[in-house]
Amino acid sequence: MSLKQQMSEQKPEERIGNFDEVALGYTEQQAVIEAERCLECSDPQCVAGCPVNIDIPGFVSRIKNKDFDKAIGILKKSNALPAICGRVCPQEEQCEKLCVLGKKGEPLAIGRLERFCADYERDAGVKSPAKAKSSGKNVAVIGAGPAGLTAAAELAKAGHGVTIYEALHEPGGVLTYGIPEFRLPKDIVRQEVDYIRNLGVDIKVDYVIGRIKTLDELRDEFDAVFVGTGAGLPRFMRIEGENLNGVYSANEFLTRVNLMKAYRFPDYDTPIKCGNKIVVVGAGNVAMDAARCALRLGAEEVTVVYRRSEAEMSARIEEVEHAKEEGVIFNLLTNPVRILEGENKTATGVECVNMELGEPDESGRRRPIPIEGSEHVIDADIVIVAIGTSPNPVIFAGSEELETTSKGTIVVDEDAMSSLAGLCAGGDVVTGAATVISAMGAGKQAASTISRYLGNQS
Amino acid sequence: MSYNIIETRNLVPDVDLMKVEAPDIAKAAKAGQFVILRIDESGERIPLTIADFDVEEGSITVIYQVMGKTTKQLTTLKTGDTLQDFVGPLGTPSDIRKLGTVVMVGGGIGVAPVYPQARAYREAGNHVISIIGARNEEMLILEDEMAEVSDELYVATDDGSKGHHGFVTDIVKDILDSDQQVDRIVIIGPPIMMKVGAGVTAPYGVETLVSLNPIMIDGTGMCGGCRVSVGGETKFACVDGPEFDASGVDFDLMMSRLSFYRPQEKEALESYSKKCGGDCKCH
Repeated sequence: MSLKQQMSEQKPEERIGNFDEVALGYTEQQAVIEAERCLECSDPQCVAGCPVNIDIPGFVSRIKNKDFDKAIGILKKSNALPAICGRVCPQEEQCEKLCVLGKKGEPLAIGRLERFCADYERDAGVKSPAKAKSSGKNVAVIGAGPAGLTAAAELAKAGHGVTIYEALHEPGGVLTYGIPEFRLPKDIVRQEVDYIRNLGVDIKVDYVIGRIKTLDELRDEFDAVFVGTGAGLPRFMRIEGENLNGVYSANEFLTRVNLMKAYRFPDYDTPIKCGNKIVVVGAGNVAMDAARCALRLGAEEVTVVYRRSEAEMSARIEEVEHAKEEGVIFNLLTNPVRILEGENKTATGVECVNMELGEPDESGRRRPIPIEGSEHVIDADIVIVAIGTSPNPVIFAGSEELETTSKGTIVVDEDAMSSLAGLCAGGDVVTGAATVISAMGAGKQAASTISRYLGNQS
Repeated sequence: MSYNIIETRNLVPDVDLMKVEAPDIAKAAKAGQFVILRIDESGERIPLTIADFDVEEGSITVIYQVMGKTTKQLTTLKTGDTLQDFVGPLGTPSDIRKLGTVVMVGGGIGVAPVYPQARAYREAGNHVISIIGARNEEMLILEDEMAEVSDELYVATDDGSKGHHGFVTDIVKDILDSDQQVDRIVIIGPPIMMKVGAGVTAPYGVETLVSLNPIMIDGTGMCGGCRVSVGGETKFACVDGPEFDASGVDFDLMMSRLSFYRPQEKEALESYSKKCGGDCKCH
């Protein structure tokens, strides 16, 4: 049975005192040893598991030969953001899930190898990509998250003029405001975004579509439009006490920490309150990120409250393990019913009930049912709600025609085209909150649809 | 990005005006909307209501009161300096149409956002009665500008140094008690003034709107930091507002949420004052 090369990490007791990256990456030697485990299957399953279909055996075999430049070249053919994907993709659900080595041991550490190549390139100095021959067509991309950045890179490589409109002051979407520095250093996001700029993409920040211009106006101005505005509208629980002081949406908490660098207050101006006892509601990656940020801000006790059991948690296994190592407490099969109020309308605790799992619901997961009489209070001066997000309707202001679902997501066909000609959409704005890599896959798909659409126009 | 400051002016003690070159925002702006600005790389994002916009000049005017670190730092910027970020127009524009008689009430710095609304109501054919107030005569802003866009203008000062000795809401009550037909009242000012104002107008059943000013970060609806309770429902002031029907607003909740970061705000100001070493106007 063969196992993955271990990757070194900051020790839990050290890392909870800083926001530096937890996982430290492979050394050159480790990368080569790991790459040598690859069987170079003639019919590689791993590629099918990758939403952007990277030639995995191709880049891995170059690592074996220590030809890292070639390896990164192969990666970048399919994926403009390898340093990010190598870090945040749930590989256990994707490429690595299908790796044949996984049947009798551990799968190849594809994500870590991808990360190694990207980091190698960064240390060696990223080469500027060659500019494509101009097609004479212009495409607007709304949103500079993973979907928009990927679509923009692909469209620029196809020779189209690309302008990205981003509402926040920094591109990256969730990569910038959501995923913390200790999982994805912001320098790396900036570097990957610069690569996309070097492809000739113009990124306009501070630009809110739906307010400065409507979608319809953009459609008039550009030959095609891609909407990759994500699912940024936080869901709340609609329980008593949810608007009390000390109750944050995970989006707000993480935006303050990651985008505004509130953990460096007062060197940075944006404040944050962390408190002593924190309750985080939810068990996705966002909940793990919020809980682990809270620890690093000095919280004494951080408890994750989740209404189902460990098996149903949607966070990456690695992130849950990291959170546990760092001391996050998990109260599973527990559901908040009310937030308790203290002085000056400030939260003092969360009243919860215990749950048991019943029959599977429409999502296929066993439905949690409250156990009567199990009410109990968890003390908390800060409560962070991380129960999901949905698409932000601001983008649609003034554009009534676009077909959307009752959940606010944009309806698209299998080619990512919406009900409006020349307007494609992809990522969380279509699927609801999902993963970085699936958004990138959708961005790539949409770019090829747009190129085809533009080809038919001329 | 960076945005040129094309004019700065001190209006009254601790209240400054800043005009920023932002042609795209000026073209899209409507009365009742706001912008979010960030001074520099380490800065925070703060919301300021649009006090004026000029499409030809491509400019947005904001008026701010010096309250803490960021607004203090703003006063050090001069014509020719730049802001790192200037985002807008944000929020839902005011619902401006011909209603008949509209009473516009502005208290303190709140006169600034009242001004473009009063102008728009007037242009829509309404009879506009404006009431503006301040602590004292010295602190009163935009009196001439308001006179220009109002059919009637009343002034109130807390100390009686100009106009009515008392609160703007006293004048509102007098108007409501008179025979005059009033179709809408808009009150913008400090939260406590809006709360009191809402209490004064409620018994008369005249539609009363307030513009809320909770804490904001992104201003685009992605975080809920600005959430307020209106008619028992949670609303995000940055996208659903900032204007709401006053009768349903939980002002006490909003005021307590506004005070949540007081200790940090104090700390930021102290740390800034130490750092700038008297080189600025903040001493």
